[in-house]
Amino acid sequence: MKPAPFRYDAPATLDETLSLLAEAGEHGKLIAGGQSLVPMMNFRLARPGRLFDLNGVAELDFMRVEGARLRIGALTRHAAFHRPPCEGPTGALLAEVVRHVAHYPIRQRGTFAGSIAHADPASEWCLVAATLDAEIVARSRAGERVIAARDFFVASLATALRPDELVTEVRLPVLGARWRTGFCEFARRAGDFAIAMSAVALRLDAGIVREARVGVGGVEDRPSRQPAAEQALAGRPVSPAALAEAADAAAREVKPMTDLHADAAYRRHLVRTTTRRALERAAA
Amino acid sequence: MSAPSDKHAVALEVNGREYRIAVEPRRTLADALREDCGLTGTHLGCEHGVCGACTVLVDGAPVRACLMLAVQAHGRPIRTVEGLAGMDGALHPLQAAFHEAHGLQCGFCTPGFLMLAVGVLEREPDIGDAALREILSSNLCRCTGYQNIVAAVRAGAARMRRSTGHG
Ligand SMILES: Cc1cc2nc3c(=O)[nH]c(=O)nc-3n(C[C@H](O)[C@H](O)[C@H](O)COP(=O)(O)OP(=O)(O)OC[C@H]3O[C@@H](n4cnc5c(N)ncnc54)[C@H](O)[C@@H]3O)c2cc1C
Ligand code: FES
Ligand code: FES
Repeated sequence: MKPAPFRYDAPATLDETLSLLAEAGEHGKLIAGGQSLVPMMNFRLARPGRLFDLNGVAELDFMRVEGARLRIGALTRHAAFHRPPCEGPTGALLAEVVRHVAHYPIRQRGTFAGSIAHADPASEWCLVAATLDAEIVARSRAGERVIAARDFFVASLATALRPDELVTEVRLPVLGARWRTGFCEFARRAGDFAIAMSAVALRLDAGIVREARVGVGGVEDRPSRQPAAEQALAGRPVSPAALAEAADAAAREVKPMTDLHADAAYRRHLVRTTTRRALERAAA
Repeated sequence: MSAPSDKHAVALEVNGREYRIAVEPRRTLADALREDCGLTGTHLGCEHGVCGACTVLVDGAPVRACLMLAVQAHGRPIRTVEGLAGMDGALHPLQAAFHEAHGLQCGFCTPGFLMLAVGVLEREPDIGDAALREILSSNLCRCTGYQNIVAAVRAGAARMRRSTGHG
């Protein structure tokens, strides 16, 4: 199918884009990579009256480390993560995870921030953002606010963003050398959205877990941290028993959805497995 | 202010030739290539990014032409399957390899696979087997069972390395 008609603007600056968004209200929509939006427009599930193209806004095309933060500008494509974008466990995790985000041609255009704004429950980047406590920087003509990932993802395809707001960047912590990260996804085919996936980060000190972050995605209507699993690990040595207990805790606590890909019981089963494997990879 | 159905003047630079066209913003790059430039080698299967039949190179990178708007491609170098063979009709090394290794049956998916593979091999001539298979999994083929496509791309990669003197 083909998209319904819309008016198109290609602003050159952030200020111009924010003015267009403010003036268009509910009718306006941003297009970044277009890799989620254009399919929805082709199906006419989305029929924006006006489309504002971010691709010419050069000031949003950046990625850099500043202090202990990796700042990912709105025009950073998925493909930018094919190589680790920073040293240490954060960079390694991103370069591992990107191989599960859609396919190579889609990664050439799709953006990290677009995934965050789109908020698909099975998005790998949304899971990484939730697990690492990302900060999402939202701008409108009224000003800037920084939204914590835990407050940003509201439900499936729903976020805390207002229609006049734009994500200018997403900030991730650059984890230090004591951290270990791991990721495991189950999908039917390479490049498909996850049916269940887990991302973990462990801060170790002489083999003892000092801090644990366990995130699960593809299972509920948004990515989540799993406090029970994190508590099962804190203060303990990274033994197979501790990892298995944490995986059990995550599987017990999640409230999995049923959809045409998998039912809730199967997803719960998968959460146990993906969490255990992600932990094993981190501990290895 | 413009109306949604107003046409935008777009200059597409396809296979080294400029096409000046006027399109509504909702015109996808794939449709513009086929309908406005007459380049029907780029195929459309799903129109939502899944099958890869519409893969073309934009700025050297393989992209889904059904998920890009023609207005977004203004002034940027585009390559399609029509640009692969030489002026004298001599097949591109990858096309020759597809022919010889039976990398196609009905041929519907072939332009997409060729552009995907050309785009990747020009950037990474020495790409490993596992990485190559992972990338080829981007596109769908309902005929070949993929084995011959993988074999054809591998054979084509060796020919491309020879023809560009990479060893
Ligand atoms: C076949 C296929 C398979 C895929 N598989 C996966 C997968 O396995 N995992 C995965 O995570 N994704 C997958 N995707 C989606 C892909 O990763 C998209 O690139 C991503 O979801 C959205 O990024 P985008 O830049 O393309 O956004 P767009 O499609 O341009 O926009 C998506 C939405 O976000 C809004 N938006 C975009 N940028 C901003 C911004 N800076 N501020 C505010 N709002 C913004 C848009 O208005 C729109 O509502 C797949 C897509 C396809 C076609
Ligand atoms: S037609 Fe573009 S991916 Fe299928
Ligand atoms: S050869 Fe028929 S779809 Fe691939």
